[in-house]
Formats: sequence, C-alpha cells, structure tokens
Amino acid sequence: MRTKVWQCYVRSPGATSLSDTSNDEIAPIQQESDILWIRQLVQEYAAELGFNSLDQTKLVTAASELSRNTLIHGGGGEMIIAKIQTERQRGLRMIFEDRGPGIKDIDQALTDGFTTGEGMGLGLGGAKRLVNEFEVAERDGGGTIITVTRWA
Amino acid sequence: MSGKLKTHIPQVIEKYEQKILDEWIKEQLSTATLRPDLIREDELREQCATFIEHLQAGLKGSNITDIEHSNWAPLRELLSSITRSRTTQGFTPTETATFVFSFKQPLYEQLRKSHDTSDGLAEDLWTATVILDKLGLFITEVHLKTREEVIARQQEEMFELSSPVVELWDGVLGLPVIGTMDSKRTQLVMESLLQRLAETQSEMAIIDITGVPTVDTLTAQHLLKTVNAAQLMGAQCVISGVRPQIAQTMVHLGINLGDVVTKATMASALAHAFAHQGLEISSVAKKQG
Amino acid sequence: MESIPILHMGDFLLVTIQTDMHDQIALDLQNNLSKSIVQTGARGVLIDISVMDIVDSYIARVIGNIAQMSRVLDAETVLAGMQPSVAMTLVEMGVTLAGVRTALNADKGMAMLRKISGSD
Repeated sequence: MRTKVWQCYVRSPGATSLSDTSNDEIAPIQQESDILWIRQLVQEYAAELGFNSLDQTKLVTAASELSRNTLIHGGGGEMIIAKIQTERQRGLRMIFEDRGPGIKDIDQALTDGFTTGEGMGLGLGGAKRLVNEFEVAERDGGGTIITVTRWA
Repeated sequence: MSGKLKTHIPQVIEKYEQKILDEWIKEQLSTATLRPDLIREDELREQCATFIEHLQAGLKGSNITDIEHSNWAPLRELLSSITRSRTTQGFTPTETATFVFSFKQPLYEQLRKSHDTSDGLAEDLWTATVILDKLGLFITEVHLKTREEVIARQQEEMFELSSPVVELWDGVLGLPVIGTMDSKRTQLVMESLLQRLAETQSEMAIIDITGVPTVDTLTAQHLLKTVNAAQLMGAQCVISGVRPQIAQTMVHLGINLGDVVTKATMASALAHAFAHQGLEISSVAKKQG
Repeated sequence: MESIPILHMGDFLLVTIQTDMHDQIALDLQNNLSKSIVQTGARGVLIDISVMDIVDSYIARVIGNIAQMSRVLDAETVLAGMQPSVAMTLVEMGVTLAGVRTALNADKGMAMLRKISGSD
C-alpha cells in the first residue's frame, strides 16, 4: 500500500482501469545486464502498441533511466510492464519498484536536471518529460514505486 | 461522492422496464434530434435495451455515481461505440447526448409513481440526475475525441502535401514552412527535417517561416527544440523570414531564441550558409571571343 | 570483461561506443582515455556514437565527463554521429551536453579536431 503519493500530472480519466491485468510482465532489476533486457522488452511492447520510432526511443530511454535509478539508488528491484486499454485509448505502463532508502526530497529530485559536473541527477526529471503520466510513491516499509504511462 | 447509497432505482427500472423503454423510444422518435435519416427504429430499440441492461449492471456497485468504476465499463463502452458511429455519421453532440438525457423523463415518471415518501424520491431523482448527467458529458467527450481523430488524420494527409524539405545546396537544406504551425504539425515537420539532415549529412538547415502567419509559445518551443537537436547532431539551423509581427509576438510571449541565428530573408540565410562553408559567389568573367 | 577499444589516429584518439556502457566499463574507458591522452600526447578525442540508438542521461554524463577530463589534459573532444531520435529524446529530457562539440559523422569530426587543434 502507498503512504505518500506525489502526483506530477493529473491522471486522464479512466487511466486507473487496467482492463486486463493478466497481461503484465515482471522484469528483475538486480544487475546492469537487466537494464539491457528491459530496454529490449520495452521496445517490443512499444512496437506492438503501434508507437512510432521516435516514441519507442523515448519509452526505452525513460525505462533505461528509471531502471538505472532503481538499481543504483534503490539497490535493486523490479519493473512491471503492461499494455493498458481504456475505452478511449491504449498505452504502455511501467512500474519501477525498489526497497531502497527512498527519495528524501522528491520535488528536488524531479527538478534536478543533468548537472554536467558531479552528476548527482537521478534521471527522474528527464524521464518525467518522456511520458504522459508520472507518479512517485513512497513504498510502505521503505522504498520507492514509480509509475509511468505513455498513451499511444 | 458518497459511499453506499440506498436506492430504489434498479428495482424500479426492473419492474417497469418495458414501460420506461417504450416511453424513452417514443420520446426520441418524437424529438427533432433523432435524425431518422441516419438511424433506424429497430437499431434504436436495440441500443436502448442494451443501455438499460448495462445501466443495471452499473447500478450494482457500491459507489454508483462514480461512472469511472469498472461496473460502469460495459455501459461506457456501449456509449462510446454509439457515439463514435453517430459522430462519423454526422450527428451533433447534442443529438447524441439526447440519447441519454431523454431517458430522464420516463425514468423519473416511474420513480415518482413508485415512491410513497418525498424524501426517498428526492434522493433517487438526484442520484439518477447525477449519473445521467455524467453519462451525457461522457458522450460529449467521446464525440470530441472522435472529431479530433478525424481532424488529426486529415492534418497528417495535408502535411504530406506541404512543407517538404529541399536540398538548396550541397550540405544546405531548406524548409519553407507554409501555413499555421500547430503543435502536432510542427513536431512532424521538425522530425522530418532532422531525419533529412542525417540522411544527407548536411551541416546546415534554413527554416523559412515567411509563410507562417503566427507563432505561439508551443510552436516556438518546438522550433527551439529542433535547433537544439540539430546542434547535438552536429548541424546548425538558421531561421529566416521572421517578420516584425512574429518578432514582436515572441518578445511579448517571452520566447527567447538565445543563440539561434535568425535572418530576415531566405536569401541572407543562404548567404550565411555559403559563408559558413567558406564559399563565395562571384560573377563569371566574360570570355573574349 | 570487455572494454571499449581506443584507436590512436595521428594526433587524435578515436573511441566508438556501440552498446550501453555501464559502471565498470564507463569508468575503465575514462581511466584508459586519460592515460592514453597523456601517453600519446593526443590533441583531441573523437567519440563516435553513430551506432547508438539509445542514449540516456547516464551515458550523456559519461560523455560530459570525458570532455571535461580531456580539456584538463589539454585535448579537445568531439561527439560524432548522434542519431536524430537520440538527439530529439535528449532535448526533450533537457540534456544539453554543454561544452561538448558535435559533428555529423566521424570524418567531419576528425576535420573539426584538426581545425581546432591546428589553431591552438
């Protein structure tokens, strides 16, 4: 269960309905090679949903950012990916979950750009701009759950 | 909205279904909004019967006025498909929404007759109104979305015909933009420009906006993004044809073009491109016979 | 463990990045490059990413680091061959790669390096 939720974008109506949750897939994020696998997976899903080439690139890049964040900042975790369908549109949803230390200052993390210096940016701010919906939640028991959605 | 609502609506609908259905259909056939030229009565009957069936399903939930709930999904799907087909047939949003709104009268009639206390009646009438109004608005939303899809398709087709990327010179691409640049179109145009830059390995692109009447913030942002993206690729964009009005608008909107090179005319932009390549134009000396 | 090869071409070093680099490989590359620059006295580094169709902020940061490090060692860096969709995605994310010169391809990148270091 989620305790605190920072919602950055207003959900479009009907977005909560996953009409078929049985089609989701779980990918572990425990080591670097998992990120490569996730990129492939996301690319496949995106292509199947009919996203054009540029949008596929954006989705894979966002997934790369977020899974790296899960691995490096969250100490490992997993990604759940699913095609979602509302009666108005279809899209891709990815949920990144870790049991790490959590994000102390979410607002700061989200506005944190890409410092060309030390590079402490978590990559969240950038990933946020590549998707339509972006939600960061604190996981009960510690950790972070990041849910992103892009509509086709 | 509130949690468990004790309502008699489902029972009333079940008991008086046929009567409600008949009254509802009669109501629709009699109003001017039915468009008998576009929809047949037996088709209408079927739609109405299915509506009631799915309405009953939706009323089974605990929070019945939340039409986003999954119990209401079958009804939303039905309304979506009815709306989409009527929209493409040419119905106006009012004509389609009347499908739901005209249900009120027959339902209220039966509710009135079935209630013995005015309290219970008021509550049920309010609940019914809330639900049916939301459904009516839902129809309007779907109608709008359908229209948007049609327009988007048409726009893409139009785009195919305008704003081609031309090779002005070896290593210099030109993009004369004609017409209003809305967000979607600008994105498509810019993507194709960057694609051509990569294909031709051209180091310069001249985006001419002489034929663009207005530039809004979003379009200017896309323009800027394109220039930045081209830069990351190793190419430079010059924007030409910036008319005084557009310059003023950009200042008013606080759009800062930063380091982007802008030229008043395509010709001066071309001269700039040649200079950048270390080229110079000189007249051919006349040869003596 | 694979590491990214560094080619020595005259006054310059050429690095071709083909797949996603992660921690150790990225660190090794940066270390090896700084060593090579010093050892060869190279005036510039060309990073060719023409085969990469995904570049995230991590890779962008590594590239930025390489450019900074090279500058400290008195060498210039040119990033060559970024694909259009990569460029558009980075811009969308807000990644600027400020301070990194860019070229459409490796040839033009080399020409640029010759020009920059020639005028030094």
